[in-house]
Amino acid sequence: MTSDIYKDIILDYYRNPRNFGDLENPDVRAKDSNPLCGDIIEMQLKVNDGKVDDIRFKGKGCAISQASASMLTEMVKGKTLDQVKAMGKPDILQLLGIDPGPTRIKCALLGLKVLKLAAYGYLGQKITEEVRQLV
Amino acid sequence: MVEKTTTTINVAKIREDFPILKRQVNDKPLIYFDNAATTQKPNIVIDTIARYYREHNANIHRGIHKLAEEATVAHEEAREKLAKFINAKRSEEIIFTRNGTEAINLVAYAWGRANISKGDKIVLTIMEHHSNIVPWQLLVEEKGAEVQFIKINEDGTLRQNEIQEQIDGRTKIVCVTHASNVLGTINPVKEIGRIAHRNGAIFLVDAAQSVPHMAVDVRDIDCDFAAFSGHKMLGPTGIGVLYGKSENLRAMPPFLGGGEMIKEVHTTGSSWKELPYKFEAGTPNIAGAIGLGAAVDYLRGIGMRNVHDYEKEITGYALDKMGRVGGLVLYGPRDVEHRVGVISFNLGDIHAHDLASILDEEGIAIRSGHHCAQPLMEFLNIPAASRASFYIYNTKEEVDVFITALEKARKLFAR
Repeated sequence: MTSDIYKDIILDYYRNPRNFGDLENPDVRAKDSNPLCGDIIEMQLKVNDGKVDDIRFKGKGCAISQASASMLTEMVKGKTLDQVKAMGKPDILQLLGIDPGPTRIKCALLGLKVLKLAAYGYLGQKITEEVRQLV
Repeated sequence: MVEKTTTTINVAKIREDFPILKRQVNDKPLIYFDNAATTQKPNIVIDTIARYYREHNANIHRGIHKLAEEATVAHEEAREKLAKFINAKRSEEIIFTRNGTEAINLVAYAWGRANISKGDKIVLTIMEHHSNIVPWQLLVEEKGAEVQFIKINEDGTLRQNEIQEQIDGRTKIVCVTHASNVLGTINPVKEIGRIAHRNGAIFLVDAAQSVPHMAVDVRDIDCDFAAFSGHKMLGPTGIGVLYGKSENLRAMPPFLGGGEMIKEVHTTGSSWKELPYKFEAGTPNIAGAIGLGAAVDYLRGIGMRNVHDYEKEITGYALDKMGRVGGLVLYGPRDVEHRVGVISFNLGDIHAHDLASILDEEGIAIRSGHHCAQPLMEFLNIPAASRASFYIYNTKEEVDVFITALEKARKLFAR
């Protein structure tokens, strides 16, 4: 149900996004948009020893896209880039605690796509079809 | 219960004709306010299409057998209905396409490639749908020509001085929407057409949001081309119409080549059929055309003046109520005499997609996003907007439910 999407925690992350803004001298940054909503997310990462040392995001868009990106930044701090590469839709659903439905899931997945773009970019690896198809 | 209206339209009776309106969405009665995107279909349209497939299905034109004859007659009757509906001079001026977009592309391709050259100008308006922008951009890129946009005033009407200034001797075609799918603005197409013709330019009207909602007379407007879609006027998807004056259509080369559109084909070359078939290559959407014909019958039965009057009434009612919702910003003209039943808005800082999700929970279908009009959204400096759009089966009571849902969304996001 939709009302569940807009439960307090998501509105809270939307109103008071954690890890919002810029990093000084990030090691890698990535950006993408969702053509449906016009949502935009940028992620900036500091990488140390193959792990996400610090992370910030910036963006504009609906509550689902911005809140899930913010929640994601908290979740991945300290994780290895390989762990980031292995993440998928189930991780985001678990993070949100609800399924926003077939249309709005695109909004929820944008942050993950951008994060993965950053990981692949840092590692100098080719973006996989799976990442391209996320949103 | 449906509130009594001052117009002659019987909304309760009309609603009985649309089976989908009995549906529940999220355990609430469906309130369908997304009519500018596509309208629902009355039984007469659904049944006509089913009957065609059950009783008459055959490929048209060349068949000698009985079914082919019946299908051909029904298809051509639909063309005549469309011609009468928009007051075209002849039924050969009605070209069936897939949709309004294809109709405009047909002109950009067939007329445009033969008539636009380097240095020429195409004048559009900032409120055009992408379908009346992108085909022209493709054309000018190929030809080294130029596209210019007439901008709008604060109230969502076109800037009169820019109409006068931009349409000049260098202008080869002027393409204007009759009614905006975002602002609802009804543009003074007759006057713009006069200015276009005075400058020797061709005049195309995007009538996708006007033909379904008001009496449109292409001869009174004196446009050279008009494009619209069947599915936005109670008809099925996959069928649209290009109206063109016969003299223009005759002078144009074909659009798509193939079967149905040829007179003779030889290894050394081919010749084309007469209008309208020259522009209808391949097996057409026969059921779609016949279904659209049934939609036209249905609308004529109500009367386009009644349709327009009722929509003005419900639009005025909605504008008044929406104007009182705190933090709600309305786009487009306020006077219902100058707009159709399309209302775009934003509510506080709630993103349009979040608002659409919350309303969906109440069974209310609205549209949200850029509405295929990104240049307009950029001009208005908004990333997205929500849009409620009405038709003959919507009621004031539904508007009241919609207003309550807007208030609910406002409270939810105010936390």
